Amino acid sequence: MRKKEMIAMLLAGGQGSRLGVLTATKAKPAISFGGKYRVIDFPMSNCINSGVDTVGVMTQYQPLQLNQHIGIGIPWDLDRRLGGVTILAPYLKSDQGEWYTGTANAIYQNMEFIEKYNPDYVLILSGDHIYKMNYAKMLDFHKENKCDVSIAALEVPWEEASRFGLMNVRADKRIYEFEEKPKNPKSNLANMGIYIFSWPVLRDALERDSHIHPDSDFGMHVLPMLLGESARMYAYPFGEYWMDVGTIESYWSANMDLVKTVPEFNLYEEFDKIYTDADHQPPMYTGPDAQVQATLLSEGCEVLGEVYNSVLGPGVIIEAGAQVRDSIIMENCYIGRNSRLHRVIADTNCSIGEGVVIGEGENLPNADKPRLYHTGITVLGEHTLIPDKVSIGKNCVVYGLTYPYDYQDGRLESGQSIIRETSIKGGSE
Amino acid sequence: MKAVGIILAGGKNERLKQLSSIRATSAIPVGSHYRAIDFPLSNMTNSGIKKVAVITQYNSRSLHDHLSSPKWWDLGSKQGGLFVLSPYLSSDNSVWFRGTADSIYQNLNFLRRSKEEYVVIASGDCVYKMDYNEMLAYHKRKNADITIAYHRVPDGDDIRLYGVMEMDAHERMLDLEEKPLEPQSDLASIGVYIVRRQLLIDLIETIVPEGRYELVRDLFARYRKRLKIYGYHFEGYWRNLNNIHSYFDCNMDFLRRDIRNLFMAYIKTKPKDEPPAKYNAGATVSNCVVGSGAILNGHTSRSIIFRKVYTGENSRINNAIIMEGTTIGNNCIVEHAIIDKEVVINEGTQVIGTVESPVIISKGSVVK
Repeated sequence: MRKKEMIAMLLAGGQGSRLGVLTATKAKPAISFGGKYRVIDFPMSNCINSGVDTVGVMTQYQPLQLNQHIGIGIPWDLDRRLGGVTILAPYLKSDQGEWYTGTANAIYQNMEFIEKYNPDYVLILSGDHIYKMNYAKMLDFHKENKCDVSIAALEVPWEEASRFGLMNVRADKRIYEFEEKPKNPKSNLANMGIYIFSWPVLRDALERDSHIHPDSDFGMHVLPMLLGESARMYAYPFGEYWMDVGTIESYWSANMDLVKTVPEFNLYEEFDKIYTDADHQPPMYTGPDAQVQATLLSEGCEVLGEVYNSVLGPGVIIEAGAQVRDSIIMENCYIGRNSRLHRVIADTNCSIGEGVVIGEGENLPNADKPRLYHTGITVLGEHTLIPDKVSIGKNCVVYGLTYPYDYQDGRLESGQSIIRETSIKGGSE
Repeated sequence: MKAVGIILAGGKNERLKQLSSIRATSAIPVGSHYRAIDFPLSNMTNSGIKKVAVITQYNSRSLHDHLSSPKWWDLGSKQGGLFVLSPYLSSDNSVWFRGTADSIYQNLNFLRRSKEEYVVIASGDCVYKMDYNEMLAYHKRKNADITIAYHRVPDGDDIRLYGVMEMDAHERMLDLEEKPLEPQSDLASIGVYIVRRQLLIDLIETIVPEGRYELVRDLFARYRKRLKIYGYHFEGYWRNLNNIHSYFDCNMDFLRRDIRNLFMAYIKTKPKDEPPAKYNAGATVSNCVVGSGAILNGHTSRSIIFRKVYTGENSRINNAIIMEGTTIGNNCIVEHAIIDKEVVINEGTQVIGTVESPVIISKGSVVK
């Protein structure tokens, strides 16, 4: 088999539990972003835009939607005879089955896949982040510095540095220390979870660490071990847009960033496009009485009502008289006549009746999960049905098919939840 | 479906003026995200046809570009495929296609090397949605040699631009006249034909060496008594992009929900991977179809906006078709207009036509 200089291993098994109901039936890399995309589209597109044409995607948590989305990799030109995209799920070995127990363990369990391409370098990525990056430039940096490991480093503002896992470096960017969320940061270079390893170094380290740690993890085990052995580890500074959409609030605001007239993160460049699975191809339609401002509209959207400061996914329909503000409405949602939505995240395939009001009331944190839902955003899980004329407050969670009798006096007060899971959809919050 | 498809996309149409001088009519952009050929091509694959030849001649580059991969129409299988056939030189042949029958004759190997029993022939520049299976079932029921789909030309459309058919009470075709001076009916062929593959090969091999090169005139009309040729009434939406008015109106039809619903999720096209359309603060957009990647700042009404169009602040666009990649500066007025691809309209410029005669701006021009 022809050799590949560098292949990518993309960790896409994470649940993203702080995203609550949004990740009930899909892994975090599979959630929608920016209307038509899913989070995993960003690292996948970065790969092909950087000339990395062999990508192993490791899935574990709720992989169905991710598998369907990736398919054989056509949208990213990763349908190739040699290389391309391969989904790597945990599998049964001769004597036992084993889940992926840690980030490094997931790679360790797929060493055979890597070996097949006999690469010089392995790029480790996570499917959780929104950014555009040319990994080929990072590889140049890796080679120039004769690195064993290079780690992409986000230059964060100094006042926020103590929230991150930091890398302390010498003037030549060689790393001499890792510090996890230090009180007095010595550096503002945050570990982005993007690594290039020289393959022999990685292979050796994984084999040794896996004997010590059954839950082998890059950040906790492998990288500190290599640093202790004076491996050549360098920080590759990255000064552009990078966003971890780990919480409801950060997910919401990262989407809202995109609707600004000049957003920080530019999706409209001619080259280095972000590719995604294009189920929907029709154009958008805006009706005679529609008012749409500061909004992204994806393929096949139809807006007859009013939408301000929002992100609409493919196939969304907003009926006449409806008013949507500061909201994220994902693929195939339907908003009935005269409904009013404010700060709502509606996951895919929700149907909202007529005259519904969502997101008005007192800002009480969610009674069941106050740490997840407390910033005034109400979240609707996928396939949620909201009956006509009910009113839903702030920080609410509604998931599943709901009927008028679920709403006392036609209301769901702020901070309350209705979770109606059906066995068909499966999964748990 | 046990049929192969042939799409006749070779036509050149002077009545489309600048729009077709740089591209094959079949490659003309329609309805923001599509090109004309997407409609017959999607009809074919949605009807279960797995092998399609697109025969092209004039300005074929635009078509080749659009059809660069078969996978967007699910035609990438080993047993099927998408064949884009242009005239070529060989030791015994060095002519352009002299007509529709000749274009099939010069590519007869496509038919000889197929095993499907039937051939569906369609023209590449019509906008409609049709299940060819129903027409084939009719063809079999009638025990026809050839079936030609027709529709009733609505009032206001010039019947003399079409092939006009006359049928008896059993729908057997009595006469077919191309662009007649004195039309005898209001039934026009819509350029969709079904015929048994082997019969088509035999007929083409007979007529073309006799110097007869046109399917309609030299085969269907001439053989109407010898063969059993039947008409098949297609009652659905159908538009031919054969002049500026029909092109303009067909685009504006996409402002109707029933028309969008007819085609949405049905017509496939080459993906362009543009980001979502963006309506900035201050923009007003009413009754418009808008393509992905468009960034709108101005006031836009009753228009078809294609992909990657940019409109500046305070620009006013009404009753216009603005094709892909066109930039309209601040404070411009564009009304009753067809603006081709990649045009730049500089700040403060007015481009105003009339309802009867829209202004056409050619691809790539800069308007000051």
